[in-house]
Amino acid sequence: MTSDDLTRLTITDASRLLRLGSISSADLVTAHVERIERLDKHVNAFLRFTPELWEKQAEEADRRIRQGDAPALAGIPLAIKDVLCVRGVETTAGSQILRGFKPPYTGTAVARLFEAGAVMLGVTNCDEFAMGSSTENSGYFPTRNPWDLERVPGGSSGGSAAAVASGEAIIALGTDTGGSIRQPAALCGVVGMKPTYGRVSRYGLIAFASSLDQIGPFARSVDDVAIVLSLMSGLDPLDATSSDRPGMEVLNNFGAGVKGMRLGVPREYYDVKGIEPGVKAAIDAALFILRQAGAEIVDVSLPHTDYGLAAYYIIAPAECSSNLARFDGVRYGLSEVDAPNITEEYQRTRRKGFGTEVRRRVMLGTYALSSGYYDAYYLKAQKVRPLIKRDFDQAFQKCDAIVSATSPTVAFPIGAKTQDPLSMYLCDVLTLGGNLAGLPGISVPCGTSDGLPVGLQVLGPQWGENVVLRVARAYEQASEMKAEVAAPSPLRGEG
Amino acid sequence: MDWEIVIGMEVHVQPKTRSKMFCGCSIAGLNEPPNSHVCEICLGMPGVLPVPNKAAVEACITCIKTALALNCEIPQHTKFDRKNYMYPDLPKGYQISQYDLPMSVNGYLEVGAGKVRIRRVHLEVDTGKLVHAGDKLHKAWESYVDLNRAGVPLMEIVSEPDLRSADEARDYAMELRSLLRTIGASEADMEKGQLRAEPNISIRRVGSSELGVKTELKNINSFRALHRAILYEVDRQQQALESGGEVVQETRGWSETEQRTFSQRSKEFAEDYRYFPEPDIPPLQLDRAWIEELRRALPELPSVRRARLLDQLPPAQVAVIGADRDLSDVYETAVAKGAPTLATANWIVNEIAPTGKLMSGQYLAELIDLLQQGAVTRDQAREVHLESVETGRTPAEIVAEHGYSQVSDPSELRVLAEAVIDANPKAAADYRGGKKQAMQALMADLRKRAPQANPKVANELLLKLLA
Repeated sequence: MTSDDLTRLTITDASRLLRLGSISSADLVTAHVERIERLDKHVNAFLRFTPELWEKQAEEADRRIRQGDAPALAGIPLAIKDVLCVRGVETTAGSQILRGFKPPYTGTAVARLFEAGAVMLGVTNCDEFAMGSSTENSGYFPTRNPWDLERVPGGSSGGSAAAVASGEAIIALGTDTGGSIRQPAALCGVVGMKPTYGRVSRYGLIAFASSLDQIGPFARSVDDVAIVLSLMSGLDPLDATSSDRPGMEVLNNFGAGVKGMRLGVPREYYDVKGIEPGVKAAIDAALFILRQAGAEIVDVSLPHTDYGLAAYYIIAPAECSSNLARFDGVRYGLSEVDAPNITEEYQRTRRKGFGTEVRRRVMLGTYALSSGYYDAYYLKAQKVRPLIKRDFDQAFQKCDAIVSATSPTVAFPIGAKTQDPLSMYLCDVLTLGGNLAGLPGISVPCGTSDGLPVGLQVLGPQWGENVVLRVARAYEQASEMKAEVAAPSPLRGEG
Repeated sequence: MDWEIVIGMEVHVQPKTRSKMFCGCSIAGLNEPPNSHVCEICLGMPGVLPVPNKAAVEACITCIKTALALNCEIPQHTKFDRKNYMYPDLPKGYQISQYDLPMSVNGYLEVGAGKVRIRRVHLEVDTGKLVHAGDKLHKAWESYVDLNRAGVPLMEIVSEPDLRSADEARDYAMELRSLLRTIGASEADMEKGQLRAEPNISIRRVGSSELGVKTELKNINSFRALHRAILYEVDRQQQALESGGEVVQETRGWSETEQRTFSQRSKEFAEDYRYFPEPDIPPLQLDRAWIEELRRALPELPSVRRARLLDQLPPAQVAVIGADRDLSDVYETAVAKGAPTLATANWIVNEIAPTGKLMSGQYLAELIDLLQQGAVTRDQAREVHLESVETGRTPAEIVAEHGYSQVSDPSELRVLAEAVIDANPKAAADYRGGKKQAMQALMADLRKRAPQANPKVANELLLKLLA
């Protein structure tokens, strides 16, 4: 088995090899590090690496494997989005304003994966404070799509998606506020899942929009995503919004197949404005396969979809304007202390530390919450939210899960949308409803359009992760559409 | 035409809790080093979340008890909101407070003159504090941030503008303190910052129904300062208006050293707090039955107790004893043990209230009894009191041990009285010569020689011997 073969494994395969003693965790890490060394100068998935951690964790994993008490993820290489705090590891939310910030604590989701034996390779790039759909808003550099280096990987968790897609990590963590896991998973041809709001503790997640943010996994198979999600779910005393439902329930019955299930296709999603014909064709093919596998495809409607986008782009910036107020240069991160007074110090620190998109959203959110505009914007947006929820509730009366494209388009060229924020915002139109309603959703690869990956989104009712995973897994099996490891163009032919 | 004073009060009270409300940090004492009671949560570090803890539950219970004692309505749903503004003592850039669904609304407090309406009582967290040279942050050369207080729970009690004088405002604040102590909500010590009263003051022509432009006063650390600050501010506003000027809506600080108010923050650039629901803390449902349980468990409130005391005592004594839960408890226990009302009340007013040397009602009853029997002099009783408070022993034990016991037998005292006259020939001669006040010197000497002598009997003996 070549070193590169080791970077194509799923958790299930790698764990078997580790337990058999065919490979060690150290081998697995070395293979990934070598691949990163060759590839990542092109892909730019990672912002920084954590060799001290991977050495220590791989050694520990090998010890536990030898002792025969290896936990579920023992030795599995993991990449972590730059918004998730890891004790002693520089964590910057893709922003210059937090450059050099090393949190003295590890977030709950990450800590649980560490306990399960995962080995952290490094920190992945993202849009600054997770605001964006292309990873071009990173305060450091853009990440490139491993399938076509001239294109974006999606965002905001573009680094994590690209790392998994290019074989630089077996699993990765991202966060999803409006589609930031599912959309890059679709654009990079991997599996990515956003759980029900409250399923995974947000402790340690540098907040963008607190009522929408959820942490979720990326992997190259539905099974892997399910395992990782089950391990990081469950009540956390450090997050008052985390649910006490048992994490393992996400696995209930998820291998049962779709026979007899009713899958709803919302017409507002199916015919969404701007959907590319190639994407639509891939979705049609996926619906055909699901029907072949025994599912009944039914029409449903989500009539408030249009309002959802507008409401999202008020609620998310409103919360972000408040969440980002703490970055004032007084206690940590960038600090322009030479200013003549405190107001000037705030202004200089934030002007220098925040990028354009973050400043835009802070201003949008501040405006939407300001007296005189509050009723017309924030309040109205909050009234839309229950309507979106009701749309889904009514749809789930008629179906077990909802299927659609994850993104109306395939990966677009770098720079194509940076001058037009509205066109960038439209990338989230099919995903953000799940955030507003707090529902679980997954994106699984469903073929290509012009050689670029297309993602199939499955949305389920609240706490219905097992339903979502069941549909996604059934599709994966029936279509034999495994997530592939991309060979970025400069390396094609190298294997 | 005369001016009418209109005052509304915002009072912040720190409920007794074991820790801060959303993290485990303990509550720092006044003189503890800056930033010695902080953690990643109250420092507002990235990625951490406020989680309501046991202290938050305690604070909620205290807030609801306070609201019930203030006759407020308690809604079924309440929630926390973010109050957004940037200031270096506010680590997250927003304060967790309550906006449109506070824990209680529409109550009242009975104060001397009548009912003062309470608009709301809600819960929030305190900010940190800044230490800097000068009054204003913008002019300070260097400023230091101390976040020991950041995250400490606070109740905010907001009154309607129903107060009409500095006296009424002070009485309101004192009554509130008394109520808070009675229900065990807070020590409510102003000097320790556990009770912060911020009067909103405006004046208007008598007969006018419109409110004038108001100013809000801060940095008030005692009831005396509250009274003085209001008098000063009313006078300042009056002078401004009478000289053709105007009152600017602003926050003004009270300077204790200069005994004046000074402009702190103009409300021309009124802060827009951009309140919205705190997404990190789920809303609360308040169970009706539980609220009724809290209501039933409330102790007797000061106004009710005062009414009862007035049946037994003159208003002057009630004013002192009725204002303090501990004093009322001591009084009522002592009286229940058979102590006479007025003598007990006077002892409390003169000996306990000024010194704070609280003794149990049972011991006080014993002490008053010893005093009334003539077993001890008043001076001795004071000493017995202090010693009992210090050692916890009963007054009777102490009297027995010290051999205190008044000597009232005239035959024994006669020898003493003669000795005093012999030792003070000049005073004796003066008295005989008509200077009646010379008796004081003789009595003083007598008490010095024999503290246990019954002064009344001794005095009669001296008068007889010198006649």
